[in-house]
Amino acid sequence: MAGINAASSHIPTENNDRPAKKINKKLRLTFIAYFFMAPALILVALFVIYPIVYSIPLAFTDYSAIGETHYVGLDNFKRAFQDQGFWIAMKNSAIFVACVPVLQILSILLAVLVNTKLRGIVFFRVMYYIPVITSMIAISIMWSFIFNQDGIINSLLLDMGLIKSPIYFLADTKYALFSLMFVTVWQGLGYYMMLYLAGLQSVPAELNESAMIDGASKAVTFFKITLPMLQPYIWFCTLFSLLAALGVFDVVFAMTKGGPDGATMVMNLYTYNKAFQSFEFGYSAAAGLVMSIITTLFSVLIFIYGRKGGSGNG
Amino acid sequence: MAKKALLYVILIVVAIICAGPFFWMLSTSFKGSENIYEMALIPKHPTFANYVGVVEFLQLHKYIWNTLYMTFFGILLDVGFASLCAYPLAKFDFYGKKLIISALLVTQILPAAAGLIVNYITVGALGMMGSYWAVIIPSSVTVFSIILFRQAYFSISNEVLEAARIDGASEIKIWYRVMVPQIMPTVSTVIIFDFINKWNNFLWPIIVLDSDKYPIAAALNNLKGAFNFQFGYIAAATIISIVPIIIVFVFFQKNYINSVAGAVKG
Repeated sequence: MAGINAASSHIPTENNDRPAKKINKKLRLTFIAYFFMAPALILVALFVIYPIVYSIPLAFTDYSAIGETHYVGLDNFKRAFQDQGFWIAMKNSAIFVACVPVLQILSILLAVLVNTKLRGIVFFRVMYYIPVITSMIAISIMWSFIFNQDGIINSLLLDMGLIKSPIYFLADTKYALFSLMFVTVWQGLGYYMMLYLAGLQSVPAELNESAMIDGASKAVTFFKITLPMLQPYIWFCTLFSLLAALGVFDVVFAMTKGGPDGATMVMNLYTYNKAFQSFEFGYSAAAGLVMSIITTLFSVLIFIYGRKGGSGNG
Repeated sequence: MAKKALLYVILIVVAIICAGPFFWMLSTSFKGSENIYEMALIPKHPTFANYVGVVEFLQLHKYIWNTLYMTFFGILLDVGFASLCAYPLAKFDFYGKKLIISALLVTQILPAAAGLIVNYITVGALGMMGSYWAVIIPSSVTVFSIILFRQAYFSISNEVLEAARIDGASEIKIWYRVMVPQIMPTVSTVIIFDFINKWNNFLWPIIVLDSDKYPIAAALNNLKGAFNFQFGYIAAATIISIVPIIIVFVFFQKNYINSVAGAVKG
């Protein structure tokens, strides 16, 4: 009741807001707003924004765990470009990008597969998603076990007579990187499937039905209607997984630590090792900066695309 | 009918590929150490020895406690601070709003070239190194949560807010009496996201903590190297580490998946 009375006495003055009063109100809200935002903004500034900014000058120093720090100009970058290990890591990260098309094509097919109203379909979707939410450490343990020389894959292949001696999936320089890529695809499948499924479900059902009535085959419907409708999703997911592939770290750290003999050394592990094994913070920052510049170019692409409102606001 | 059956066959084959390793690990965790590579999915002589072993010899409960502690306080800070921060960003007209929002969005695009190093230095300078807070604080408030909460406040009508103001309620009171109850679905989304992320976190804890304070994923990583011959223990520990995540996910999967899908559209 008090509310109504108060409202009737206040509204007229609010409507005739003089500029000074408006500014006063805004100042008051500004004060309250920053009071509310302070705890979160301080944490974000300190642990999210500061690292982004401070990483850059760090790359031009010889900062390390011991000794004085000096400005060294471009020395770190020169050293990186002359280091064979840096290029091996670059190459392996680039090879990892081959996961992207495989992952996207399989995910789209899987999304189409689970986009039905079959009984129990939610159960299957959940099953496919479980690898996504599992820690990479647990995944690495499971797959190391399966990939083991006495593991189930080798046992099956030996039993079927397809191979004569066990394959060292993780210990052979020929196979290690591909084994990690396999695990990456396996883990990411459910994630992209869910995104594409959301895309499929935003396709009006009538569109597919009318195509069917027109006598279009399943394949034609897929290529002429489904894929074009999914295009914004394909674009987003491809760039997103491209960034993930270039920045691959967890699976390598958990399963091979870059071995055997550098066969799975990737950029992010290279910079990690330089930082936390040899404590060459400045050098690590420089190598990381090279990588960041490459990935930022791709992120900016995503961002520009996203701002264009490729798929609305949600 | 035949078509339907074929569809189910495909669905089941994919399910075996995706979930098979989990069942294989589950089965292994019940096998004795002598028949760890036995091909049978159902162990001939199932035993709980591995589960007893990981708790008795490896003190797994200690790592679970560490994980729960860091996960709980991390979530508390994120939900509290991020939802408080997002409120004025969604509902107030104030000086510097555009700047703050742009700064937050930029963090979503620009990577920190040496983020681990800089945070390592910061945590050291704050004297937190080696304490649980070295893990809890840096990753507590995420920009992603702030964005999710901001979206949630947008869907609350301004009339509610104005009415409460006219009633003379203080802004903080309006926030927790009027706003927070209406964003509960997003609160639960953030809790699930955070729970999964924090429960699975291993890299940063390895960098800043001593091994007796490790969360479960980091402890598992240690175990893996140190205990290669007792694989049954590792299998049991792996299962124990996965189960809470799967339970949370299965219960909240609808909410969780909608948010994941929504993130693409946003």
